[in-house]
Amino acid sequence: MQWPPPWRRSPLLSASPPPGPAKEFLRPGRVSEAARLYSHYVTPAEGAREGRWQTRPSLRPASPTNAPQQPPLANVCQQNYGAPQDPVEPAGLRSASHVTGSSLGKAEVSCGSRRRWAELVPESSWSPAVGASKMKVKMLSRNPDNYVRETKLDLQRVPRNYDPTLHPFEVPREYVRALNATKLERVFAKPFLASLDGHRDGVNCLAKHPKNLATVLSGACDGEVRIWNLTQRNCIRTVQAHEGFVRGICTRFCGTSFFTVGDDKTVKQWKMDGPGYGEEEEPLHTILGKTVYTGIDHHWKEAVFATCGQQVDIWDEQRTNPICSMTWGFDSISSVKFNPVETFLLGSCASDRNIVLYDMRQATPLKKVILDMRTNTICWNPMEAFIFTAANEDYNLYTFDMRALDTPVMVHMDHVSAVLDVDYSPTGKEFVSASFDKSIRIFPVDKSRSREVYHTKRMQHVICVKWTSDSKYIMCGSDEMNIRLWKANASEKLGVLTSREKAAKDYNQKLKEKFQHYPHIKRIARHRHLPKSIYSQIQEQRIMKEARRRKEVNRIKHSKPGSVPIVSEKKKHIVAVVK
Amino acid sequence: VGEMETAPKSGRDVPPKKDKLQTKRRKPRRYWEEETVPTRDGASAGPPCNKKNRELRPQRRKNAHILKKSRISKKPQVPKKPREWKNPESQRSLSGVNPGPGSSPLPRSKAKTRSRLEVAEAEEEETSIKAARSELLLAEEPGFLEGEDGEDTAKICQADIVEAVDIASAAKHFDLNLRQFGPYRLNYSRTGRHLAFGGRRGHVAALDWVTKKLMCEINVMEAVRDIRFLHSEALLAVAQNRWLHIYDNQGIELHCIRRCDRVTRLEFLPFHFLLATASETGFLTYLDVSVGKIVAALNARAGRLDVMSQNPYNAVIHLGHSNGTVSLWSPAMKEPLAKILCHRGGVRAVAVDSTGTYMATSGLDHQLKIFDLRGTYQPLSTRTLPHGAGHLAFSQRGLLVAGMGDVVNIWAGQGKASPPSLEQPYLTHRLSGPVHGLQFCPFEDVLGVGHSGGITSMLVPGAGEPNFDGLESNPYRSRKQRQEWEVKALLEKVPAELICLDPRALAKVDVISLEQGKKERIERLGYDPEAKAPFQPKPKQKGRSSTASLVKRKRKVMDEEHRDKVRQSLQQQQQRHKEVKAKSTGARPSALDRFVR
Repeated sequence: MQWPPPWRRSPLLSASPPPGPAKEFLRPGRVSEAARLYSHYVTPAEGAREGRWQTRPSLRPASPTNAPQQPPLANVCQQNYGAPQDPVEPAGLRSASHVTGSSLGKAEVSCGSRRRWAELVPESSWSPAVGASKMKVKMLSRNPDNYVRETKLDLQRVPRNYDPTLHPFEVPREYVRALNATKLERVFAKPFLASLDGHRDGVNCLAKHPKNLATVLSGACDGEVRIWNLTQRNCIRTVQAHEGFVRGICTRFCGTSFFTVGDDKTVKQWKMDGPGYGEEEEPLHTILGKTVYTGIDHHWKEAVFATCGQQVDIWDEQRTNPICSMTWGFDSISSVKFNPVETFLLGSCASDRNIVLYDMRQATPLKKVILDMRTNTICWNPMEAFIFTAANEDYNLYTFDMRALDTPVMVHMDHVSAVLDVDYSPTGKEFVSASFDKSIRIFPVDKSRSREVYHTKRMQHVICVKWTSDSKYIMCGSDEMNIRLWKANASEKLGVLTSREKAAKDYNQKLKEKFQHYPHIKRIARHRHLPKSIYSQIQEQRIMKEARRRKEVNRIKHSKPGSVPIVSEKKKHIVAVVK
Repeated sequence: VGEMETAPKSGRDVPPKKDKLQTKRRKPRRYWEEETVPTRDGASAGPPCNKKNRELRPQRRKNAHILKKSRISKKPQVPKKPREWKNPESQRSLSGVNPGPGSSPLPRSKAKTRSRLEVAEAEEEETSIKAARSELLLAEEPGFLEGEDGEDTAKICQADIVEAVDIASAAKHFDLNLRQFGPYRLNYSRTGRHLAFGGRRGHVAALDWVTKKLMCEINVMEAVRDIRFLHSEALLAVAQNRWLHIYDNQGIELHCIRRCDRVTRLEFLPFHFLLATASETGFLTYLDVSVGKIVAALNARAGRLDVMSQNPYNAVIHLGHSNGTVSLWSPAMKEPLAKILCHRGGVRAVAVDSTGTYMATSGLDHQLKIFDLRGTYQPLSTRTLPHGAGHLAFSQRGLLVAGMGDVVNIWAGQGKASPPSLEQPYLTHRLSGPVHGLQFCPFEDVLGVGHSGGITSMLVPGAGEPNFDGLESNPYRSRKQRQEWEVKALLEKVPAELICLDPRALAKVDVISLEQGKKERIERLGYDPEAKAPFQPKPKQKGRSSTASLVKRKRKVMDEEHRDKVRQSLQQQQQRHKEVKAKSTGARPSALDRFVR
């Protein structure tokens, strides 16, 4: 038999056969089995580059071309139409392309297996056309080995092409993804973690351990102090500290001891570790005061603490008399807080509706701001020294810049009853507030509306709240004797995340951010189920507020322009600033 | 309240409660909708937005380019945006500045918004550059065909190409001789791996055409008008004489959809999971194949519909009518988005290229036209063909094929984003029967032609996109990969309402409703809360703040502001004059100009 057959014979190819080593392979009969099997999948470019045949190991079964010949699909369809046919061999189909309808002789088949002539010609091959002209042609021909994994143990190969035409509808698809991510966030929002029970009266105050994330201290209305382990979720120590309420509790910055004040007019210092075997539970120091102390806070760096009651007293730990006492006005002071950054600064709030700021180094208070209603407690921003937030009786919280007290930086309103406690996240970007309306809310510092509300059926008036030092959890103590532990981020997955989980989380977070203002997404992200009491209260207060606003607008409308001043919501609640 | 709050559900007396709840619930929502900007489908009604410069620089990412452009035009509105633009996570500090030593400024939120926008823009720029750089990593090169010394490539016949190329590529050229049940319509799956074809006399078959493995072959005993793969190769929609049927890859009939009757043409919108059907009754029906619901049935009011194609860029359906118009449809609108008068005489075929920039139409007037879809809708090039083209198709890299009788002509452009030049055909081929269906195989240099003599798979070097994206459509995907892709694709199914002429309309700021909301707010409050307070001079040190000097200072500031305003308005006037001049010189003056205001 003559090779190549007459209709394939080209003057150019016969004139310049492929380079040396390939020559041997080209002789019929000496082609290796593998090469014959996988000849389909070798691109001409590769063949040319290697200069010889590569036998590539592959697990893919390829159809040998000398398999029993089957009639092409076309013929079968004509013969007995309708019955599903067996797969047809590529060789048969290809031959049909040239000699359509011709009988497929043996020569044709073997020709198919030896068509590697063309493959050995380089990519920009010069091959003769019928009109004896020369052309350059290159076809897309992918080697499946580059796209399919070799063994089952490998990862699947995923080639990427970031050409935007291959990724149409970028914005709508991202929007849908963001929508799905927002929905999933709501599905997985299960913030409640645990309830710590054991107190026999309402929990009145909470304190974090400064060095240990798992330890939490709580004081109850029956004078009992309990120390809890959060990881085991149990009480590790119980102290009967006072007669009557435990009004305040704070830990020393080193974490070795803690202080309590109570209704029995005493300040007591306790060791953090329990008494040894046989020892009696008793305080390290006890200070007997003349009046009731309502709050206590420890300095963040020095052995100094401050109490409040009739006046603000600053104590040295070693002495039984206060270093200095400061008053401004004649009312009882409900809470005092040291600034964690500028550690000499203190803030206190009294029941004559004012918030007073002190500098420990001076004998007199710095300045005070008088609000519409009483402030229950304040909390300093741990990251920004001059910012603090006040929890007010008028259902609002006010974030102040202490340099400009005449206008609060932000008025946070969402609660429907008096706000009793507030605590900042260690990041200083958010804070949590506890309210008499049996719920706690999380506010971003720069937003006037809360991003989250937590409530349960059994939780009563929440008296105290704390954000843990790892910024992941929130604790709240309430009237019905329980301390509850919540996730700060309601839909967060706890525990170790794999890298893919983390990547997916980050991607979803970014998407949610990007599309957060779209009405549909916003509606889903904002939706919270609320207890009926709060829900109806909100409706009621909305109506009241609307009526007030309407009246105000009417008054402006019907009076001489400029005669009725427009007071912004921020300024409305500030009565005066005194220096 | 910060949340959408609902009352707790109660078990009993649902109907009255429900009413009450709904009214209660609706109120806050309306309140919010007034404030916020519903940008979703308002844009679909508007005029087509211009997407100029989209393809001028193929090296860059297209969308990045547009984004930048739109941002620039939107710059002045930036401070007007609502405060909520800021996201809480990337907040640095309350005042927006680092609380360092010394007195720090008081909070200024607008500057912060602007700086955040700048940061976002810079990030976007960077990512688009990165994406463009990643083109270096692409593995495959596109195919090409060049004649010797500028010789006409149209003279090169298929046999020559088959002769010259490697065996794997040569195997892609084949003919299926099916004279009995012809003429055939055909469709490639989205990955380009599978081929389905249906003959007029009921022959329906699907095969993996690369390995030539037959998946199914049946006779539906009814005329087959069109055939189309759904999102994957496992499902097959066949428009039969009466109804629309859906088969699986074993040839088992899964559904018979009687609401779509006498369907002539099918189109599948893969990202929306919509099967668009055009029927003899003149209805364009969208069927959501993921839930089996009819999303929209639009009466085109133009008689029998048998010319249809989809715009892959924005999923708009193009219908060709017998009065020479092409109408553009979206399921969100009862009326066409646009109507283009293309031909004198009926439209015979329509095709839109993969970038959504060009539309090719052919009509009974034997003309082949290429239209620009980027806002102008003007013909870019026209050519009169001896017989007129009955079928048109674009390839992924912008090649245009026309089927005229039993001849197939292919035209090519300069590059991927350029329109095909109609002067010289790139390739021609004569088939054994008149052409009935055409499609380029995705990701392959192959053109499938269905004709009365069967199916022909032609080699067209340079037709297919060489580098596929493994996560979008992977010809080599395994079963598991396909399943995973299917789940992902279903999860991010784009709602049908989002189909509009500009698919990026969703990302644009709806300025109109923003302004409207602002106006309503001012009306509600009785004053403008964002208005700048009039300047009040502060009293200075002792002795210096006499009334006269205060008034003088106040006057000075007011005068300065006034001058600014005047300067601005003058500038605007000049600009307008310039524009008018430029316009008047551009076009020839007409007698009707005097009526233009």
